[in-house]
Amino acid sequence: MIGAHDLGGKQGFGRVLSARNLDAIASDSPEPLFHAEWERRAFALTLATGMLGQWNIDESRHARENQEPQRYLDNSYYETWLVGLQKLLYAKGLLEPEELESLPFAASVDIATNRSIQRHDRSTIEPPTPAKAAELLARGGPTSLPDFRQPKYAVGAKVQVLPMTHAGHTRAPQYVHGATGIIYAINGVHIYPDANAHRRDEDTIVGEILYTVSFARVALFPSYASYAASGGEVSEDKRVRGSVTTTDASTIDKGDIKECNQDRVFVDLWEPYLTHD
Amino acid sequence: MSNSEDHDHDHDHDHDHDHDHTALPSELELRVKALESLLIEKGLVNPETLNEIIDTYEHRVGPRNGAQVVAKAWTSAEFRQALLTDATDAVASLGFMGRQGEHLKVVANSDDVHNLVVCTLCSCYPWTVLGLPPAWYKSAPYRSRAVSEPRAVLAEFGTHLADTTRVQVWDSTAELRYLVLPQRPAGTEGWSEAQLAELVTRNAMIGVEVVNPPETNEVRG
Repeated sequence: MIGAHDLGGKQGFGRVLSARNLDAIASDSPEPLFHAEWERRAFALTLATGMLGQWNIDESRHARENQEPQRYLDNSYYETWLVGLQKLLYAKGLLEPEELESLPFAASVDIATNRSIQRHDRSTIEPPTPAKAAELLARGGPTSLPDFRQPKYAVGAKVQVLPMTHAGHTRAPQYVHGATGIIYAINGVHIYPDANAHRRDEDTIVGEILYTVSFARVALFPSYASYAASGGEVSEDKRVRGSVTTTDASTIDKGDIKECNQDRVFVDLWEPYLTHD
Repeated sequence: MSNSEDHDHDHDHDHDHDHDHTALPSELELRVKALESLLIEKGLVNPETLNEIIDTYEHRVGPRNGAQVVAKAWTSAEFRQALLTDATDAVASLGFMGRQGEHLKVVANSDDVHNLVVCTLCSCYPWTVLGLPPAWYKSAPYRSRAVSEPRAVLAEFGTHLADTTRVQVWDSTAELRYLVLPQRPAGTEGWSEAQLAELVTRNAMIGVEVVNPPETNEVRG
């Protein structure tokens, strides 16, 4: 889905370092990990319930991103985690609708969107002990699969990213849809998120070759003022683009910062996202 | 319109929620508390496990891990090579492994190349070496702009690169997690790994800053 979470290249969000983030500029003054106790608890509850093995990381990401765009953008980071957690608890049958509704301020969660997720039998669920949890955190969950199929594209090959062909979860960001790039690395077979986010118990895990694809930043985002690092002279074409950018109301005062034509953007993309250029 | 910079909990803007926004943090406090009680009561969560998880990321896993990796790469050509070849293995040899560090990639800065890491789709971040991400890394301004105007973003952090230095932005769209290997600053010849690690900042390992040379008048033990 091309939801509000798909933020790359979107405009109008302003400065990264707002007044309340100023402490983050000085790397030596560590920003608190959690800004309120509820954030700390929401984080821990998300990881602890994730360890029950009732959903995978792609289902979890999809539960968070699959919100009304205005709500996604309005929510703070851990509010979105909380929305995702509650949806999954409901959708997997770990909590009943009336249990969720019994919580205070229930109206803030829209659980309807994930009703299609398969429900599980919870009689066998055992929450991990602290020792087991520590072991699970230390082990992690690799997504690479022991599958040595031949990659379709070689390093250096020119590829084009396909437009989205389904409305479900994907990890191909919108800003590369239709764009042409070059295969920079082949990273073996990894679990394919587009299938995994919607996988039912009886389905096998789908893996696809994962590539790192290199794109020219200026080709992805031609509207940003740019210069040619090698040339010196900025072309007339670039000057025009530059002037358009500076009058755009969505841009912010950047002083005399210009982006460079030589800059690259690398995106990790699975084989089904790509076609020969 | 809403100003996403204020988002973590300054909800001072207008929108269509049906509750009073100034009271939002305490509403969330109550809701999360009730959810936690319910999950414990139903036997789905062990309360001791919650404390273990919090303690892990508040006290044991954080950017000092990454600083140690960087300092070792600065002092050992062999380790640097191993890190650039298979970062997951090399980092595991220092004892750092686990969740959100299963598939690590290290990208090295040089005079010609400066690397910057972002996750435009959510907040992917190499937890095993950097811990949990700072709020700005997860914010809409950073996620939207790091790919389209990286030099403007870098300038906000006080980082100004030479025109001839190429910026490489790594968007963590899969389960590969990127760590930037900054350049070792001048004036640190003969320093120990431990001394060097103290210079390495979290922001430099994300790529929004460089590691600055030490203060010349600073006495190093």
